[in-house]
Amino acid sequence: MSADITLKKGLNIPLKGDASKVYSTHKTSNTFTVYPDDFHGVVPKMIVKEGENVSLGQPIFFSKAHPEIQFVSPVSGTLTKIVRGAKRRILEIEFASDGKDKATKHKVTALEKLAADELKSLLLASGCWPFIKQRPYDVVANPNTTPKGIFISGFTTAPLAADVAFVLESQQEDFQNGIHALTKLAPKVHLSVAADDTSFLSSVQGVEMHRVKGIHPAGNVGVQIHHIDPINAGETAWVINPEDVARIGRFLATGTFDPSRTVAVVGPVVEKPSYLKSRIGEAVAPLLEAVGINANGQVRIVNGDVLSGSTTHADGNLGFYNNTLSVLAEGNHYRMFGWLPFVGSNIFSMSRTSLSWLMPKRKYALNTNMNGEERALVVTGEMEQVLPMDIFPMQLLKECMAQNIEKMEGLGIYEVAPEDFALVDYASTSKIEAQAIIREALDVMIKEVG
Amino acid sequence: MKLRERLDAIKKPFGKGQKFERFAPAVNAFDTFLFVPNHTTHKGAHIRDGVDLKRTMVTVIIALLPAFIYGVYNTGYQYFIQSGIAFTFWDALLHGALKIMPMVAVSYGVGLAIEFAFAVYRGHEVNEGYLVTGLLVPMIMPVDIPLWMVGLSVAFAVLIAKEAFGGTGMNILNPALTARAFAFFAYPTYMSGNKVWVSEASNVDGISGETILGSLAAGNDVSYSMFDMFVGAIPGSIAETSTLWVLVGAAILILTGVGSWRIMVGGVLGAAATAFLFNLWGANALMSFNWMNHLIVGGFAFGVVFMATDPVSAAQTTKGKWIYGVLVGIFCILIRVFNPAYPEGVMLAILLMNVFAPTIDHYVVEGNIKRRKKRLNASLTPAS
Repeated sequence: MSADITLKKGLNIPLKGDASKVYSTHKTSNTFTVYPDDFHGVVPKMIVKEGENVSLGQPIFFSKAHPEIQFVSPVSGTLTKIVRGAKRRILEIEFASDGKDKATKHKVTALEKLAADELKSLLLASGCWPFIKQRPYDVVANPNTTPKGIFISGFTTAPLAADVAFVLESQQEDFQNGIHALTKLAPKVHLSVAADDTSFLSSVQGVEMHRVKGIHPAGNVGVQIHHIDPINAGETAWVINPEDVARIGRFLATGTFDPSRTVAVVGPVVEKPSYLKSRIGEAVAPLLEAVGINANGQVRIVNGDVLSGSTTHADGNLGFYNNTLSVLAEGNHYRMFGWLPFVGSNIFSMSRTSLSWLMPKRKYALNTNMNGEERALVVTGEMEQVLPMDIFPMQLLKECMAQNIEKMEGLGIYEVAPEDFALVDYASTSKIEAQAIIREALDVMIKEVG
Repeated sequence: MKLRERLDAIKKPFGKGQKFERFAPAVNAFDTFLFVPNHTTHKGAHIRDGVDLKRTMVTVIIALLPAFIYGVYNTGYQYFIQSGIAFTFWDALLHGALKIMPMVAVSYGVGLAIEFAFAVYRGHEVNEGYLVTGLLVPMIMPVDIPLWMVGLSVAFAVLIAKEAFGGTGMNILNPALTARAFAFFAYPTYMSGNKVWVSEASNVDGISGETILGSLAAGNDVSYSMFDMFVGAIPGSIAETSTLWVLVGAAILILTGVGSWRIMVGGVLGAAATAFLFNLWGANALMSFNWMNHLIVGGFAFGVVFMATDPVSAAQTTKGKWIYGVLVGIFCILIRVFNPAYPEGVMLAILLMNVFAPTIDHYVVEGNIKRRKKRLNASLTPAS
């Protein structure tokens, strides 16, 4: 089928360790953790105290700015520990599961009869709301606004990311029901699928369908919004991951919060990269044990994909949003004369100063080495090469660093999220931290513009 | 890894909180030359591209080498041919090397000393940009320029054109060209005329080393064939004469993506079109000088390939690079044709466009901002 959006820019990083489309099994853990930091900008106010019993789906904290947004427990059992950091900021909320999954039940009327307001309060009370995020700013959606549309990316292009159609294979009905629910919250629901998609996603009803052709970051929902209906100053759009659309559909059918999460455990040092049926907040250790890690030295465990995910550790837990768990070897070693051009081509490079471009089919076992040191911005044009948007990335980043709000608006800060700049991080010759710069700039905009 | 352990031991007093911490950038510059450091990603993307600034800059140096080596040879060749002494290839190369290597040493010595001092003073790592500048400066000087002038020009360029603006990545003007412009205006007798372009020309009477553009500006005929001009067996600044070897460098820069092909193509198009128009007019010797010859004499090819493409001082937007390149070409020919006092136009053309590059970019970026404003206004007025 033909594509209605074709993106030429971008970069697919040929990384080893893609998940084969099979499920591995693991011994379910009984320790679960919720990280409030997963919800950027939310200041948590605890409802449940340490040592108290909780049921699955029971609210454990709410957002200080929007008390109606409830965050719920992924298991039934006991809240064992609240880990605090500097200024008593809550870092982790730990649970011990009793394995019974006693769930908080909500009364749900049939979807056809449900008004938009009722649906909204159900989602807020049930803990489903935080799955809906908003652009601009890439934060949990503000329930008091009406977005110009809800955007869902039905495919991923990030390195080794979980395959959407495969994950949703057995949840097609839930996904369709979730879409029906979302159509009540916004004038339009947009679903983007890959141009060559033949899965059930192509026949989903009630959405405006877009067929997108392109390499990473074509699968990023922000890039898709930019080409479908770009966000102007003062407008908002909501975004939600496809698996979480199905989750909302399931909640409306059963009345209980479903914490299940299909995770792809991937990476060059993973022995059997594959999918696992897990749960939000589950400890990563048993998952890693199930697929096997084969590394000589230390490893980096990443909640999410290797470009935009966040670092966790062997004793850590899955995050709230990610359905990919990536494992890389730490690159904390020296390479003699590693900067010489045309040698060391076993490290992939977008630049043709390495010979890796002569081997387009090769896959690489990349590690976390910076491959150089941070430098002043010298090389031009490389950022533009990996950002398929009508945005001047270098100029925008410079205005972000200068915190020039008017210029940031003019150059399109409302249209970007940190993940859209992940490839800029990757490709930068000067090793700049573009995602961090964009995140800080968005926080400045939240504070100054709101 | 014995060497690594020894290095770590040497670096210990320069570590965080140690006695010589502030001199760490100077030591790191040598260490990172031997080893890509063991730094890992700590925020942002967890994997990074294999490229870094060192690799990029060294690629530029590789691209410069063919023209450099030919320049060394041509220095000896011009000397022996003009003085009528029999010679071999190695004689020519040796003569050139004895003249040029001291210039390279002075250029790197003075420039890197200033760069290291500023890195320590400002507390940042030493940037690799000077590795290229330091080689470029001798390549674009006349061969007989005194070494102290090379040193002084380099010091002026690094201090005034680069560090005064905030260092690497912040400069408006190309540092190497600034060094040449400084020498050109401060010591014109060493930088122009007909006695400076061939080795020993001012000492030996038999040698007249006029450049082709110089002869044309003086209204004289040119005795070189087009083939000589293309290969580069003509008098001129050390490494600018050979279009052939400059093109080899251009191929390396374009193939690796390190140099902007848009600027190079733009420059050639701009110069060719302008020179062609002047051919039709033909009011003086330089105007009627065949447009194809304009592209292969003087420093045009060298300037457009290696100097105009400096990413820091050139335009930075894609559209801006085209405009900038074309204008460099146009102004180069304009200066050559209309200003006989400066027969070589490319240096001034590039410096002029360096100054205008931010303005070009400004209008390109402003176009993007205007598009976005227009879209916003369209969304605010509902379609009726």
